Amino acid sequence: MATTEPDILDVERIRDDFPILDREFSGNRVAYLDNAATTQTPEPVVETIAGYYRTTNANVHRGLHQLSQEASVAYEEAHDRVAEFIGADGREEVVFTKNTTESENLVAYAYGLTELGPGDEIVTTEMEHHSSLVTWQQIGKRTGADVKYIRADDEGHLDMDHARELITDDTEMVSVVHVSNTFGTVNPVGTLADIAHDHDAYIFVDGAQSVPNRPVDVTDIDADFLAFSGHKMCGPTGIGVLYGKRHILEEMEPFLYGGEMIKRVTYEDATWNELPWKYEAGTPVICQGIALAEACDYLDDIGMEKIRRHEDELAQYTLERLGEFDDIETFGPPAGEERGGLVAFDIDGVHAHDLSEILNDYAVAVRAGHHCTQPLHEKLGVAATTRASFYIYNTEDEIDRLVDALDDARALFQ
Amino acid sequence: MGIGGSDMYRQQILDHYKNPRNYGELEDPTFTHVGENPVCGDTIRMDVVLADDEDTIERVAFRGDGCAISQASASMLSEELAGMTVEELREMDRDDIIDMLGVEISAMRVKCAVLAEKVAQDGAEIYFGEKDVDKTTTED
Repeated sequence: MATTEPDILDVERIRDDFPILDREFSGNRVAYLDNAATTQTPEPVVETIAGYYRTTNANVHRGLHQLSQEASVAYEEAHDRVAEFIGADGREEVVFTKNTTESENLVAYAYGLTELGPGDEIVTTEMEHHSSLVTWQQIGKRTGADVKYIRADDEGHLDMDHARELITDDTEMVSVVHVSNTFGTVNPVGTLADIAHDHDAYIFVDGAQSVPNRPVDVTDIDADFLAFSGHKMCGPTGIGVLYGKRHILEEMEPFLYGGEMIKRVTYEDATWNELPWKYEAGTPVICQGIALAEACDYLDDIGMEKIRRHEDELAQYTLERLGEFDDIETFGPPAGEERGGLVAFDIDGVHAHDLSEILNDYAVAVRAGHHCTQPLHEKLGVAATTRASFYIYNTEDEIDRLVDALDDARALFQ
Repeated sequence: MGIGGSDMYRQQILDHYKNPRNYGELEDPTFTHVGENPVCGDTIRMDVVLADDEDTIERVAFRGDGCAISQASASMLSEELAGMTVEELREMDRDDIIDMLGVEISAMRVKCAVLAEKVAQDGAEIYFGEKDVDKTTTED
């Protein structure tokens, strides 16, 4: 991908890869600002999906015919590519799942249900997505383990003193979101990993909103587990990733049983396949995995560091524009502090759902609701917020369109 | 263009949203019931006074919080119900609510529109001992 300047994204060039961005609603070109929910899919990834079904489709690991061999090699190599993308030590540490939520549940069931009990503690945060919060809450109920929440302050920062207080030798699992999908906060997961490891606890990092938009290296942050979704990083839906340190994945029990994950089966017993296949029961997400590897290529060609900067710049610009109005409250870190590419806000007298309907008239697509962080919204005292979230193809002009449309909402509702 | 957007916010709806009728509580309601739309966070509480015949709805008041559609619908329903019978309330369905609102409601927002109706219907059923729920939700 050629860029005009080494540090700046060539957004116009990138947009050429996303024909969906040319769609028009009521005469307006769509401004797609709902990327924290799902990102659009670039042509090379669409081509990979179509090409796979046109030329290579077969089941993996069970046919000796040419197509099955080709599909198997491509599928296995996709694990290598994703491992490289996050700095993992090979395909053995990369399990393909359905999404981040399934990755969370895999560890919760395979490790949590079997290893945790009364007296054990799970430490998580007040700003977790439901995928982590509900999962560990229910594991706590079923095992008798206590679940504790690290406080988030008014600016969306984790209270690290509180974290040090909560994480003790009784803590077995620390599960934290890397970038908050509501605040946009970039949490200090490396520091939290150090604290967890000082107490011999595992750390599970929810990377759903970080892996797509910044360099994430599992060795740098020393994560024991990292989960993320393909569809938030130019890949298709239906694929998520669970990274796990090899020695942990070797020791852990399987999550789902069935074909593909076994080595040898008798009527009495079974033994498990090698990593990572031990955790990929049944026919796996073959095409989606291969497409995700292509998405990794696409993003690396652009450069993850450049993407990080682009996202932060758009978020800062949004904070600046929304900061012009007294009737708007934004959530998360103040302007000037780095954040992921999203801004959630509330406007006086206009319910988030009403606002998103009005924005839709201008073909501005945002998310309205509690963004799967319902307890956090209750703590903030708002039932729902409106969230604009950005990706590699978004521009300041699209944010201006959002801000202009707010006038219309004010005129109607205030 | 599809259903939704500002077409949904005709003057009547905005008027009821900004100046809700019968907003508040009744002193001696025959029955009171609450409901919510968990996904949106819309909440509605309805107080209903029945006449001595235990059938005619005399007065309705509501309190709530939520989007324009959910709150305007509750306000309009509070006016509509006065003078109706409980039987007529029970027979109301989503089409009646959409007719009452006078606009087309996008599929994603129907839950907001019918919340007040469901709260009033459940309230009546609970009062007559035919149902037992603490809170109505539009997910059911």
